[in-house]
Amino acid sequence: MTVLNLVPPIGDAPPLRGGSGGSPAVTAIAPIAAQAGPQGTRPMVAVRGLVKRFADGARQVEAVAGIDLEIRAGEIFGIIGRSGAGKSTLIRCINFLEQPSEGSITVDGVDLGSLTADQLRTERRRIGMIFQHFNLLSSRTVYDNVALPLELAGVPKAEIRARVEPLLELVGLAALRNRYPAQISGGQKQRVGIARALANQPKVLLSDEATSALDPETTRSILALLQEINRKLGLTIILITHQMQVVAEVCDRVAVLDAGRVAESGEVFDVFTHPRAEITRTLVQDVIHQELPVETVRAALAKAADGARLWRITFSGDNAGEPVLTELVRRFHLSVNLLQGHVDEIRGRPFGSVLVLVSGPAQEQDAAVAHLGQRGLLIEEISHVD
Amino acid sequence: MSTELLQLLLESFWETLGMVGAAAVIAALLGIPLGVLLVVTERGGLLPTVWLNRSLGTVVNATRSTPFIILLVALIPFTRLIVGTSIGTLAAIVPLSIAAIPFVGRLVENALREVDAGLIEAAQAMGATPLQIILKVLIPEALPSIIAGLTITIVSLIGYSAMAGAVGGGGLGDLGIRYGYQRFLPDVMAAVVLVLIALVQVIQFAGDRLARHFNHR
Repeated sequence: MTVLNLVPPIGDAPPLRGGSGGSPAVTAIAPIAAQAGPQGTRPMVAVRGLVKRFADGARQVEAVAGIDLEIRAGEIFGIIGRSGAGKSTLIRCINFLEQPSEGSITVDGVDLGSLTADQLRTERRRIGMIFQHFNLLSSRTVYDNVALPLELAGVPKAEIRARVEPLLELVGLAALRNRYPAQISGGQKQRVGIARALANQPKVLLSDEATSALDPETTRSILALLQEINRKLGLTIILITHQMQVVAEVCDRVAVLDAGRVAESGEVFDVFTHPRAEITRTLVQDVIHQELPVETVRAALAKAADGARLWRITFSGDNAGEPVLTELVRRFHLSVNLLQGHVDEIRGRPFGSVLVLVSGPAQEQDAAVAHLGQRGLLIEEISHVD
Repeated sequence: MSTELLQLLLESFWETLGMVGAAAVIAALLGIPLGVLLVVTERGGLLPTVWLNRSLGTVVNATRSTPFIILLVALIPFTRLIVGTSIGTLAAIVPLSIAAIPFVGRLVENALREVDAGLIEAAQAMGATPLQIILKVLIPEALPSIIAGLTITIVSLIGYSAMAGAVGGGGLGDLGIRYGYQRFLPDVMAAVVLVLIALVQVIQFAGDRLARHFNHR
């Protein structure tokens, strides 16, 4: 494999994954500056040394094999992984629907493992939960479903009414209050689920694949509602999903789960644009189109013998608006042939790349690499295709 | 058919209704809690108590596997203890109830098992106590099936009540046997059968209506 390094890599930015057909050799030359998130730092939920084992016949299976997480107050935290990665078990441990085998769960300073059954029930009222299959009572109307957690908490009828009405308004279902779950759509059912989860004014909302049973359009509207709730009420949301798009759209930070462990975690934008773990790269491909056009690259490389080089320039966030190609032409007098280009949006910030065949004097090329590197762009040289 | 026989038919009809009605109410009152216990005490249930679950299951199976006519006779001492006599309509209510309680228990057990486990989990996540889950989730959600089960029970009780004649319980079945069969009065037999058919139809219709009323699935 022939890999050309024009400039030693700055920082520890890993190479991006190549195409699935052939695998072009790609070298990271300049990294993107790390971005800091806007959230505060008080942990609302702390998961420490969490292990959950299940008996599978005589065997013990570790669904969660040692997880540490801190979820900040007011953030939307995504937990993503393939099915069987342990994400459902993890979220069910957070409200003790599953008793952890080892480790501790602390919610707003309360160690759930230290509570009696009765105290745990009281504490659970402050942890709302929504489900993939909504789990609404078919025997109760929309209104009565939302009222259920309040009834369970022994709230007087008049106060229940005073709390349920605004919740129905919030989720946009006031007109459907007397319908039964069987009479409304999936998206509306999830809205009922959300209103129900909010009834006891929780500190944390756990979302267990809440959009997985919904079509893309409905998913977007539910995510928008969750975001609205997060902003309006300052509610901390922990969101389990296998859909990367969901994380890209609403989460502030994300933990990628693989085989019961956290493979990688951090700000969503960073994790998406700089995936470190193999599992993350695979998942990210759903949302970010980083596949190289293998035949185009091969043809371009064949022509590039006379000092021309193939670069992938990756833009992200703030530097996405810069006139990079124009600079290559005007300032460095290089000739630029655009082979591929696209821009994605992650958490409202642009992220994209262009694949260009650049020819011109070698020293000008080097100068251009150095210049773009300083501007925070990631430049990778593609030297050959397998 | 003479007025005398009509009078007898009417009397028997009320006896059947009385026996079956009383037994059904008792069976529901005890059978529903029994069904709930069978579900919640099992391993992995809301209140797992394996020994209780096994004992209840054994008693239920034993009762259900005993032919009713034998149960009727075997329970005579118990009946005498409770109602003071082992003969008559009132006395027949005891074995009828005893036979119906485990029947209702199993039907309720099945009905409760059909409730989606996700609903129980949702209620637990809301901080519901086991009793709240039983009263606010399990029973309301299973109500249409429970009503259907009680309807089946009542219809079965009507059949069983025909054997109550063996302990002098009276009722339509007894009338059919004594007058229709033993005295060979086919018109009495026909009348008895017709009344029973009509009665079962009415009960099944009412039960279906009621179950549908509570079914919002």
